[in-house]
Amino acid sequence: MSPTVNGATVVARAEAPATTASAPPRRRRMPSTRWAALAFLAPLVAYLAIFYAYPLYRNVELSLHDYTPRAFVQGNAEFLGLANYADVIASNTFGPALRNTALFTLVSIAAQYAIGLALAVFFHHHFRLSGVLRAMFLVPWLLPLIVSASTWSWMLNSENGIVNSVLEAFGIGQINWLTSPDSALWSVIVANIWLGIPFNLVILYAGLQNISGDLYEAAALDGANAWQRFWRVTFPLLRPVSAITLLLGLIYTLKVVDVIWIMTTGGPGNASITLAVWSYREAFGTGQPDFSPAAAVGNLLIVIALAAGFVYLYLQRRQERT
Amino acid sequence: MKRPSTTARARFRSVGAAGSAVLVVTAMAACSSSGDDGGDTETSSDTYTWWDPYPQHDETSDWAQRVAACGDEAGVTIERTAYDTTALTNQALLAAQEGTAPDIILLDNPAVSTLADTGMLTTMEEFGFDTSAIDENLLAAGVVDGDAYGIPIGANTLAIYYNQQILDASGVDPASITDWASLTAALQQVTAAGHKGITFAAIGTEEGSFQFLPWFWGAGADLRDLDSAEGVQALQLWTGWLEAGYAPNSVITNSQNTTWEEFLTGEFAFAVNGTWQVNSAAEAGFPTGVVSVPGVDGGAAPTPTGGEFITAPVQDDTSRYDVTTQIVECMTTPEGLVETANTFAYYIPPTAEGQDALLSENPSLQPWVDAVRTAKGRTSDDLGTDYPLISEALWTAVQNALSGSMSPEEALAEAQANAESATE
Repeated sequence: MSPTVNGATVVARAEAPATTASAPPRRRRMPSTRWAALAFLAPLVAYLAIFYAYPLYRNVELSLHDYTPRAFVQGNAEFLGLANYADVIASNTFGPALRNTALFTLVSIAAQYAIGLALAVFFHHHFRLSGVLRAMFLVPWLLPLIVSASTWSWMLNSENGIVNSVLEAFGIGQINWLTSPDSALWSVIVANIWLGIPFNLVILYAGLQNISGDLYEAAALDGANAWQRFWRVTFPLLRPVSAITLLLGLIYTLKVVDVIWIMTTGGPGNASITLAVWSYREAFGTGQPDFSPAAAVGNLLIVIALAAGFVYLYLQRRQERT
Repeated sequence: MKRPSTTARARFRSVGAAGSAVLVVTAMAACSSSGDDGGDTETSSDTYTWWDPYPQHDETSDWAQRVAACGDEAGVTIERTAYDTTALTNQALLAAQEGTAPDIILLDNPAVSTLADTGMLTTMEEFGFDTSAIDENLLAAGVVDGDAYGIPIGANTLAIYYNQQILDASGVDPASITDWASLTAALQQVTAAGHKGITFAAIGTEEGSFQFLPWFWGAGADLRDLDSAEGVQALQLWTGWLEAGYAPNSVITNSQNTTWEEFLTGEFAFAVNGTWQVNSAAEAGFPTGVVSVPGVDGGAAPTPTGGEFITAPVQDDTSRYDVTTQIVECMTTPEGLVETANTFAYYIPPTAEGQDALLSENPSLQPWVDAVRTAKGRTSDDLGTDYPLISEALWTAVQNALSGSMSPEEALAEAQANAESATE
């Protein structure tokens, strides 16, 4: 998403000075500056084409053909049209995967945002050691995912996990966090929330620093209490930052594979499978790569992310107009 | 199947959700560019490329030196690249598509039929190899429509390790474990004595199927008929163990490596694991032993074979085949097979001659040689490329039944329906 936005601004910047500077004198000089502008653009266009447009095209192409391993090597995949999509949607994995994706994504980003915002506001009031504490909250971000996900799966182990041993000390029996179909999804959601808090904390904290202290002073003079200051000043002024945080969070969370794969491999059975994990499993998780359905599932995810992007743009436009 | 945890762990590292194609494409770009770099004809005629699934053996390892020695013998340099097992299959497919396949690939045995089906592998007959000396049950995984597409360089399989201390303390004689009933009775005895029973891997990947198969086959079930009474009986054995507390609930997410770590804590009486843990078992802090996985009514159950095949992908330049032949030969002589077996900490040679030679060096491996002789390829019984699809349905059923979301009958009935629709 962001490279395209950057791309557009770069284009605008590169072209605007060139045309304004060269327009008045002679018409003849126009082409050479145009060429120069195009030359400056070329690396970017090439980059976008190679790393964004082509993979996207290839993903669509994979999903419209029947790429068995044999067809993949021999390059004679049969064209199927939308049959892969029909198969994916008719599959009895689709329902659970879609439901789990929705739950996983929405619960994760709601909790990440709420906790991240609470922590950001908390750290906004500087106090002794607040810097150190804040730095410690960033640890989940710094750890390689394989480390944190493995640690979570150890902690939640049914027999030897620390979580169950603490619960047992309070007389609560064994809970099969990762191995029961009722709790597996919630366990991975909790782990994912923990992983996403630092991102929300950092962006929202930065947003808070942009809110002028005068406003709080004025609000305090008007007799607003802390609660009112948050809801009347902080929250509305943080809205643009919140929107982009939630959008990025949504896109990051939609495509999470690693955390779920390490903790449950989407199981038991299909209990914690999401669209992303399903796509990964089809392509790389079995002995026989099934690229076409995997690409179809991947494209559905892209469409969902794109839809969320448009909702964001629409909301932003509406806000700018008011 | 040799080093499962590296496989499972390394696989997802570079993958984003919608990114399957992105990965494919970048990998393709990587392949073709490396092909261009090595495009110097002079070097490529005496440099032969070799891929294997042993990233744990680096350049200084015995294994790497053994590979290099085979190159020296043939008068060429071997450029070895190691991938983890699943990545290797994908890389091989991509390279074949680009026409940049290496000269030799060591492939995990269930992958051989998949890659042979793409037409990217040469048959061993084309190379003039006689595969008749190789144990038929081991070679079977590499045979498609009567043609062998590779030679096993060694084999491993599953058996049940036990903790001698626990068995002694609970009064269980390992020799008494001859069928399912006596095994379950032994589990009851050790758990009654306050120990943990058995641990195995029922994770939702190929490893889960790999570990379930001895019981499935041991009950007399057939992979074409997952929901037969025998298949249900095998799954009921596992769910029964979980319900009775003989096996921990965490087996549902256990990989074979995790299972082994659990066993090494010394709390478990039994663990199902493979030949590759022989060294580790000898170094455990307690005396260990091995019994074969029993069949339902006695006798040893057929266990699935693990291990790699040496294969030669099709090349545009067929003049390269002569040297490739020499390298394959170097790896598959009886001495070569024994050397591989020792380099790999107990990989059983696939020929009777090689097995005898290994046993004369190390008689304690007898139970493993027996297990390998009765083992069965997962893609055997003409399953070939259908096996991975059936296996996925099977491990899902195992997960559903063990987690209690379905009964064994329901789970296997659903698996059979899924397997049928996937393989039709």
